[in-house]
Amino acid sequence: MAYLARRTGQALLVLAIAFTATFVLLQALPGDAILIKFESPELGLSPEQIADIRASYGADVPVVQQFLHTVAGFVQGDFGYSVQYGTPVHELVGSALPDTLVLAGLGFLTAVLIAVALAFLSTLAPFAWLRQALRALPGVFVSVPVFWLGIVLIQVFSFQLRLVPVIGADPAQALILPVLTLAIPISAPLAQILARSIDEVQLSPFVAVVRAKGAGPARVLWRDVARNALLPAITIAGVLIGELIGGAVVTETVFGRAGIGRLTEQAVANQDVPVLQAIVILAALVFVLVNLAVDLVYPVLDPRLKRKAVAA
Amino acid sequence: MTALLELDGLDVAYATASGARRVVHSVSFDVQTGEVVALVGESGSGKTTTSSAVLGLLPAGGRLDAGAVRLSGTDIAGWSDRRLQGVRGARIGYIPQDPVSSLNPVRPVGVQLADTFRIHGRRDPRDIRNCVLELLERVGLDDPALRARQYPHELSGGMRQRVLIANAVALEPELVIADEPTSALDVTVQRRILDLIDELRREHGTAVLLVTHDLGVAAERAERVVVMQHGRIVEQGTTAALLDAPTEAYTRHLVADAPGLAEQPFRHPRPPIYLRDAGVAAAENPFALVASGLSKSYSLGRGREPFRAVDDVSFRVLRGTTHAIVGESGSGKTTTARIVSRFVTPDSGRVELGGTDVTQLSGAAKREFRRRVQLVYQNPFASLDPRQTVAEIIAEPLRNFAVGDRRERAVAAQRLIDRVALPADVAARRPTELSGGQRQRVAIARALALEPELVVLDEAVSALDVTVQARILELLERLQGELGLSYLFISHDLAVVRRISHSVSVMRRGRIVESGPTEQVFRAPQHDYTRELLDAVPGRKAIA
Repeated sequence: MAYLARRTGQALLVLAIAFTATFVLLQALPGDAILIKFESPELGLSPEQIADIRASYGADVPVVQQFLHTVAGFVQGDFGYSVQYGTPVHELVGSALPDTLVLAGLGFLTAVLIAVALAFLSTLAPFAWLRQALRALPGVFVSVPVFWLGIVLIQVFSFQLRLVPVIGADPAQALILPVLTLAIPISAPLAQILARSIDEVQLSPFVAVVRAKGAGPARVLWRDVARNALLPAITIAGVLIGELIGGAVVTETVFGRAGIGRLTEQAVANQDVPVLQAIVILAALVFVLVNLAVDLVYPVLDPRLKRKAVAA
Repeated sequence: MTALLELDGLDVAYATASGARRVVHSVSFDVQTGEVVALVGESGSGKTTTSSAVLGLLPAGGRLDAGAVRLSGTDIAGWSDRRLQGVRGARIGYIPQDPVSSLNPVRPVGVQLADTFRIHGRRDPRDIRNCVLELLERVGLDDPALRARQYPHELSGGMRQRVLIANAVALEPELVIADEPTSALDVTVQRRILDLIDELRREHGTAVLLVTHDLGVAAERAERVVVMQHGRIVEQGTTAALLDAPTEAYTRHLVADAPGLAEQPFRHPRPPIYLRDAGVAAAENPFALVASGLSKSYSLGRGREPFRAVDDVSFRVLRGTTHAIVGESGSGKTTTARIVSRFVTPDSGRVELGGTDVTQLSGAAKREFRRRVQLVYQNPFASLDPRQTVAEIIAEPLRNFAVGDRRERAVAAQRLIDRVALPADVAARRPTELSGGQRQRVAIARALALEPELVVLDEAVSALDVTVQARILELLERLQGELGLSYLFISHDLAVVRRISHSVSVMRRGRIVESGPTEQVFRAPQHDYTRELLDAVPGRKAIA
């Protein structure tokens, strides 16, 4: 229908802008991947030889032509070759993607669980001091740097408590700490938004009506407040997917895991433009898809939006 | 015989940053079985706090300090929340003020009603469903099966209030607390809702504690009235005795200021001096504003009939008089006001201000037009910039049109403050430090700054308490006499319109159904809708 078509058009526009911006930024950097790889004195290559190599990579043609060439390649699904490894980009990304998807997926799920648990407990907990303490927790979480958190978690759980082996862990065990590292900083803003929106909904007149019917606090929270309070949190969740990509870079580096994050880090260090270009597009695509999903879920949760979405 | 509900020496306090602040002071009254008692007071009188205390649902920070709440002789004041849950809904029902925000927007109304039964231990889904459908039917909703499936936003305000009433009476409680149950509704809907509450009460012998600011509603519906002010009971007694011979000064004020109750002469326009000389009269245009054939439609999307918000509307405002446009929500009265003040361009028709056509003005000419027509809005809390001082707010129109220098503008602001009877020292204060009535005076002063020919008052007194409302109306009348102002007074409130206007147009669904001098329209309404509106005004005995 028209709504989906329009949204898809918007998504394509976002992707095109992301692609162009990355291309321009990477071109603006001094030096390039070919120079980094071949200019080192040990290889003993003469400037003429380097120029030949550049020509073979197509790096000597004008920027605009390079851009058009890359666009044409991307549109046909050809992401080019990694300058650093010489392997096709789609192979590199394809082999790194599953690990990262698992990490990010579990990380996000855990973040949502932590956020919901914190927000609900901080509303329902029996003592005022306990509620206060739970309310303060997200503030702490949000200010924790990811790399530091990873190191602390390894220290405490692996070296001190010996709960999770560092070496020779099976894949499931190896996921526990990275997932936590990724989840905790993301859960914080979610928990804060959710708690605040629960507070807000608790004050609305319809909650007074439900309480005047004799409903207890837990029933009010689950049946009447929760769904209304979720709405703003879902919007934020869509935006937080971006955090997830940044978090994956740090987490994979700290824990020495293979994945998109690690690939990104190396590609940046080597200015491996084709790889970076592909990763940015991938990230933008995920972002666009998730936010489209959020917009489609919204009318399901809030019937007031149903007619609008259809009409639009 | 023990009373159904008996409040005895109730004290309620709120915790604030500077310690506990008591808002209800030793309030005692009772409600007998099957009786309607009205708890009347202005905003801040403690009437809503008192009723919340009965249910044990004080807002956060609220505390019951002393006193007893006896329900059929049992003191429930000290009960725990858990114990009170058995009372709420089952023995005491609650009807809230604002039907629009009082239903959960994400659940169908039938499910919400069913909850009421489930909370109090009913389990059988089929039994519950039957009860819900029966209830919806009983509160006068057509097609209960459809209504039960619908979400609140698919129902009108009046229908939502019926759902909420169904909710309150679902378990046939002995007492229903109705907190301003009709304040947010149109008069004709208000009347039907109050009739419904009456009817359900008669069927089941339910007692009603009717919390209201509207003495007219209390007079019409209650057997006894309890008047509150500043958290204390001022006076209580049977409705007839209290209204006919109030003993306390505050009650007398309240009765005198209630627009629906007081007997006031109709206003008749006094012909301006120039009109008494026939020669001059012929030369002068007697009308401040002439609107003819105004129409405005809004598109509702492809394939649908456009919505005719204003449909062939014509009226005239005689210089120095007040013309009222009265109608319910959706009648097009506000769109008409916006066309006249040139914020909306009509599809057809023309607006003449002082004899010149202003319908097609744009650019600099439109800006110049703003000097001649000024607006006063309904909500004095939203229409004043909270960051500016009162003097700045009042002088802003002068600044916009570069009238005088800074000092002259300050003098002008001071003069206007004096004109609307505000104390001189408000000039340096900010709107947040002022009461609602004071703010509306500031808004009026601002509207007068450029000495306009016409002031459009859009529900200008609707948000105010009756005593404040009465003072603002007096002020408007006085200013009209002093400055020869013309008013276009937009309102839903017939009682106020009767008091302030010389002539009136009644609007319904974008059209004017009747218009004429106020006295004629009120005494001898020609159109059925006008009659229906007049009949619906609470305490209408005194209105005609």
